Amino acid sequence: MSFIEIDNVWQEYGAHVVLERLDLVVDEGEFCTLVGASGCGKSTFLRLLLGQEAPSRGTIRMEGKALVAEPDPDRGVVFQRYSVFPHLNVRDNVVLGLELPQSRFWGRLFGRKKRAARQEATALLEKVGLSQALGKYPYQLSGGMQQRLAIAQAFIMKPRVLLLDEPFGALDPGVRKDMHALILELWRETGLTVFMVTHDLAEGFNLGTRLLVFDRTRQDPQAPEAYGARVTYDIPLNADRHASRKHLAALSSRILGRTSPTFPEGANA
Amino acid sequence: MRFINRHPGRGNQLLLALLPFILLLAAYFSGSAARLQDNSDDKLLPSAAQMAAAIDRAAFREDRRSGEYILWNDTAASLARLGMGLGIAACAGLALGIISGAFPLLRAGLSPFLAVASMIPPLAILPILFIVFGLDELSKVMLIVIGITPILARDLEQKAREIPRELFVKAQTLGANSWTLVLRMMLPQLCCRLFISLRLMLGPAWLFLISAEAISATAGLGYRIFLVRRYLAMDTILPYVAWITLLAWLMDYLLRQINRRCFPWSEGAET
Repeated sequence: MSFIEIDNVWQEYGAHVVLERLDLVVDEGEFCTLVGASGCGKSTFLRLLLGQEAPSRGTIRMEGKALVAEPDPDRGVVFQRYSVFPHLNVRDNVVLGLELPQSRFWGRLFGRKKRAARQEATALLEKVGLSQALGKYPYQLSGGMQQRLAIAQAFIMKPRVLLLDEPFGALDPGVRKDMHALILELWRETGLTVFMVTHDLAEGFNLGTRLLVFDRTRQDPQAPEAYGARVTYDIPLNADRHASRKHLAALSSRILGRTSPTFPEGANA
Repeated sequence: MRFINRHPGRGNQLLLALLPFILLLAAYFSGSAARLQDNSDDKLLPSAAQMAAAIDRAAFREDRRSGEYILWNDTAASLARLGMGLGIAACAGLALGIISGAFPLLRAGLSPFLAVASMIPPLAILPILFIVFGLDELSKVMLIVIGITPILARDLEQKAREIPRELFVKAQTLGANSWTLVLRMMLPQLCCRLFISLRLMLGPAWLFLISAEAISATAGLGYRIFLVRRYLAMDTILPYVAWITLLAWLMDYLLRQINRRCFPWSEGAET
């Protein structure tokens, strides 16, 4: 069974059709990059996957079950901006992801559990290169560091799907390259499924194992909003990377049991 | 150099800040001296010595009739009313603001009502408050609460809605339920805003307090001013006004310091 099935999905806002007849099957562990002109529904598609919106028609299934129509911890997200909480310092931004699911009333942990959560968060923050900034507030961080924090915050939840909405769009080219390395490294280790919207075609080709191009196939010059976008090109990429990651995943589950080299628990499961 | 690009140095900054106060005092005392020279019984612009004597009577000597120190007694009564009113209004405003800012279902019912309620002139319903709550402390506190709560609530609702959608989504992907989302994300951010709103509402709060005290009270700064007005006792009224101004300024300063201490993250935050 495939991991995510998108079956004849339409998204319309009144008379404005944004997506039409979208059919897509995505396997677990794929890194899909979504490219296309502005306003052709890439971000709308991401919001559908996130559960922030429900499709007007059609269904999206994850492992055969219809997607819950609200955000949940199975699906992590990094936005271009406003991804981190301004009132929490770097460490607490990540600790929050451990506290909320465990403490349904206070949203806080105390005592030994708190210390354990802090340790786990600190370990992950070291990995993304923020160990020097644990006590800083987001406004004291550069744009690249804020996105590193947002990524750490998403990964602490060990989501099954990670949605990235132009996460590196506002960063300098050099910083962006570092971020690419980071996200690829984390993707290889955790084996989660990634959807990433980008405006940068090169970024899309470099990172993904699959490039999805969104475009309108039908145009009506009298009514530009009458027809929506579809996936016009679906290009498999970097096959070796995909395969090697698959081998690694198989290895680690067969030989190393459920421990992956750097992550505390196999996030593959 | 263009005027718009000229900045004062540090010394000049202080001097310029003091200048209006010095000018005001100079204008007052020269006017006072001129009038007292014409008529030594003039009550309109009392001299510094006359005001000092009035302060001495009010603050440092027991009142012959009641045996109390009037100024401190008045101050305590007024600050108790103001503190209670502001405290209740802050809690109610925060709760209403969060409820209508966070939950669309509740906002639909609450937001239009708050918009209308905040337009009721509080002083227009002061007689109703006196009738309903009696002439005691409760009606004065209620005037402050009723006057300030809707405006605080609307301001906080607005701020709650300005919290980016992305953060709401993010909190949910981190496993928040509706309650913990309010508790861990909205409450801290809105508490920060609450102190800013409270600072802006200090002026109206004093206005309501003094109005209520002027009409019905047995103690209080506003009560005293309106009482001694009958005797044209400018030597008491002017120090009282200065004292009220100082108290209001100190409260503003205190709130600013609390904000800076408790919410260090807000200085650079965009929201």
